[in-house]
Amino acid sequence: MIIGEWKPIEEIVTMLDKHKNVLLVGCATCMAECSAGGEKEVETLAPLLRMAMKVKGRTINIYTKTLERQCEWEFIEELTPIIPKVEAVLSLACGIGVQAIAERFPEVRVYPGVNTTSLAIREEPGLWAVRCEACGDCMLAETFGLCPIARCAKGLLNGPCGGTRNDGKCEVDENVDCVWKLIVERASACGRIEDLMNIRKAKQWSHSSHGGQKRMLREDLRP
Amino acid sequence: MRLRVGTRLENILQEGHFAVTVEVGPPRGANPDVMRKKADLLRGCADAFNVTDNQTAVVRMSSLGGAKILLDEGLEPVMQMTVRDRNRIALQSDLLGAWALGLRNCLCISGDHQKAGAQGKLKGHPGAKNVYDVDSIQLISILKNLGDKAVQEGGDSLDEPAPFFIGAAWTPFAPPEDFRVIRLAKKIKAGADFIQTQAVFDVARFKSSMEKAHKMGLTEKAAILAGIIVPKSAGMLRYMNNNVPGVDVPEDLIKRLKSAKDTQTEAVKITIELIEAVRFIPGVKGVHLQAIEAEEMLPEIIKKAGLLPRPKIA
Repeated sequence: MIIGEWKPIEEIVTMLDKHKNVLLVGCATCMAECSAGGEKEVETLAPLLRMAMKVKGRTINIYTKTLERQCEWEFIEELTPIIPKVEAVLSLACGIGVQAIAERFPEVRVYPGVNTTSLAIREEPGLWAVRCEACGDCMLAETFGLCPIARCAKGLLNGPCGGTRNDGKCEVDENVDCVWKLIVERASACGRIEDLMNIRKAKQWSHSSHGGQKRMLREDLRP
Repeated sequence: MRLRVGTRLENILQEGHFAVTVEVGPPRGANPDVMRKKADLLRGCADAFNVTDNQTAVVRMSSLGGAKILLDEGLEPVMQMTVRDRNRIALQSDLLGAWALGLRNCLCISGDHQKAGAQGKLKGHPGAKNVYDVDSIQLISILKNLGDKAVQEGGDSLDEPAPFFIGAAWTPFAPPEDFRVIRLAKKIKAGADFIQTQAVFDVARFKSSMEKAHKMGLTEKAAILAGIIVPKSAGMLRYMNNNVPGVDVPEDLIKRLKSAKDTQTEAVKITIELIEAVRFIPGVKGVHLQAIEAEEMLPEIIKKAGLLPRPKIA
């Protein structure tokens, strides 16, 4: 899923400083799953913002609404009756939801309340970790189901750098396993260490965002 | 055997001399005299002088610029090149520029992550966007093809080949330890001519890694230079042991330096002992010496180790 986390309240307050009527919109899919922007977080954040504004001597009228998904046009339509009442929308969706609302309702300012972090898995309660960078050229077959693009700080494709700590953690973060150590262990467990002896050629980043805006066209699904 | 590139370092290794390279860190500034002074200090002490590329991700004079100053001073540089900051377009362009300026040795490395700078005394640029378009092994392949086939990574041809004497790094002790020699093999397969190892303090452990490399035939295919860092203090050894991945310092060595009456004299002595110990490990073709921000210690060490004068090449 896509994960994200709240922006600092001070940053949100600064963004909303000029507005009196604001719609706070949650998203019941990924951002609810990672406890950043579901209905619960919307109803928690709204009073916090009212208080923070009050401390600054300002009053703000906050409407709240949580959509099933902010990345689907039909769900976004549910906002149509509320939009005329506000000057701004604070979205707790990922960046896709924020942009979808801004595109549908250009007459209001749309602000992000969340920093979208990555494509991740919930490893443990309260702990999420990246698994995919959406590079558009999946090499998981070569790396025994562990992604060095997403999980190596240097995105190395031919084995670990010299920075693996003695306990097998990454030099950049003592809490994170060196993914190449994990790849080597998994390859060894399968008896296929020789597969890692092949030199992996330079990756074609043109399939990722480095190749310009990504689009996916499926003629069979076109109207 | 015919020389591939013809650098002094290549000549020394091919003639079977025990090679000496030293590390020369460029200044955190633009004054060329800093490099010239280091050149004066170290002239004649080594076969090649290795100029670092923004080590610990702290901005310094570029390795290309620093290496060119050494070259102008009559020293043979090894230009280090990391893949952290440049994509394949910039890497290849800088390589061609470096070759045009007369630089012929290049060491290909991943480079310290940009967060590394923030862990030391300096701020660095931990918020920088890194590149890592290619990895160090792919960079070796790029150099190999620029030299042997006059072909760029993307397939376009060069007007003429730009052959470099290609170096790579080897960290034999970091986990996953069994894979480290395989990674070394990949670097050599990609085209590395010489290998510089991470600092060796535990000679017995290094010897056993060298035996693995030797058994795989790697010591015949590339010249391995044992990395030796001059231990300036017991605190530095302790720090490296605890914080520098792949560096393993035996406790006895730390104690020995700590209890020494004169730290500097003992540091010189330890370094010489390390040089002598690695020198006779089968497959070790030379040493790469680093005296971090203490390059003035190197001439004495190299002399006392019996490695001066450096051999003349035909």
